[in-house]
Amino acid sequence: MLTKRIIPCLDIKDGRTVKGINFVDIRDAGDPVELGARYAAEGADELTFLDITATVEARDTLVELVRHVAAEINIPFTVGGGIRTVQDVSRLLHAGADKISINSAAVRNPGLVDELAREFGSQCVVVAIDTNRHADGWYVYTHGGRTPTEIETMAWAREVADRGAGEILLTSMVADGTQAGFSLDLTAALSTELGIPIIASGGAGTMAHFAEAFTTGKADAALAASVFHYGTIPIPTLKAYLAEQGIPVRG
Amino acid sequence: MNLVIIKYNAGNVQSVTHALHRLGVEPVLSDDPAVIRAADKVIFPGVGEASTAMRYLRQAGLADLLPTLKQPFLGVCLGLQLMCRHSEEGDTPCLGIFDLAVKRFPAGDQKVPHMGWNLLEDLQTPLLQGLGERPFVYFVHSYYAETSPHTIARTDYMLPFSAAIHRDNFYATQFHPEKSGTVGAKILENFLAV
Repeated sequence: MLTKRIIPCLDIKDGRTVKGINFVDIRDAGDPVELGARYAAEGADELTFLDITATVEARDTLVELVRHVAAEINIPFTVGGGIRTVQDVSRLLHAGADKISINSAAVRNPGLVDELAREFGSQCVVVAIDTNRHADGWYVYTHGGRTPTEIETMAWAREVADRGAGEILLTSMVADGTQAGFSLDLTAALSTELGIPIIASGGAGTMAHFAEAFTTGKADAALAASVFHYGTIPIPTLKAYLAEQGIPVRG
Repeated sequence: MNLVIIKYNAGNVQSVTHALHRLGVEPVLSDDPAVIRAADKVIFPGVGEASTAMRYLRQAGLADLLPTLKQPFLGVCLGLQLMCRHSEEGDTPCLGIFDLAVKRFPAGDQKVPHMGWNLLEDLQTPLLQGLGERPFVYFVHSYYAETSPHTIARTDYMLPFSAAIHRDNFYATQFHPEKSGTVGAKILENFLAV
């Protein structure tokens, strides 16, 4: 049986991990390669590296980082943040990334999704959607959630799936950072409607939130940052809990 | 050990190379028939589309060569599919090393591609020894080879399919050992020892 995936997200600034605590058994929680290897050893199913610097100089640092990660880590990983062109993607994939994720660039130029799917295959194209609830429904936000758009979230998700996105990383800004749980209704609606995997993100605070994301939310994977970085929820404990709840996970 | 990774227009060559480095092997990347023929072992990776990949292999003079090789040979993902007789992807005649048809997963309740970690069952051959009790490996694919007497590991997704196949010196895995954590590393290590 295909298992549900747990994906720690590492925020990267100038080649270093932004948040995170020093686990007793690793030397440098700011080193993305070391932190990533630690998560992989603990049973993370994939990793996501999100570059929040997004300057031109930082691009080269990011490619270099991807090269190190690919050399050291033996599970799949996605790289996102500030990716704008086919050329950006080509560099990251050739450096060893398994998937890339695009967000604002896809909203600005939806044809980029088609181009990337055609050039590199849908399996490596993740479209990240940041969304927030308005009075009349869910809408897409860009630029790290700062800029609202008039694009309706379900319509956009359907469009990127039709254009060849391989997965959708759905971040609910209502929930993000609140640790009050994932936005389950929206996640379930997308997962039921679309034939591609949905990664739920934003709001994980407890192990029960992860379980809900997979049951009520029908998500294929769940991504979180703080609860892993601050050690609130160790990955092995989470996997054991999910297994007890009857949710298929890689043990 | 002279291990050659077949170079063609497919992804994941980099990941396979890294995985071998971690096992202390420095592979050679080549599409030269003479270099491939002289290798001790050959790995045939693959992420991409079947008809495009077959066209490249024909142009490089590899489509006739590969089925005649005698050294241990490991196909990965698209590599496995290309080693079969025919793929529904682009209605493509393939290398025919295995007399198997590659089909697309049926449209239904479950999502295609089959993406993520799934379990290997009914393991056979030394390639898949020592993987522990519940070996999970990483898959990303929309097409599959049916189960057959060549099947050395089965996985279930909508239906049972060949997660790995074997005939003589030819091995192939539908999953990505290079991305399958310690289980995948063990499989590659086993292949180096075949």
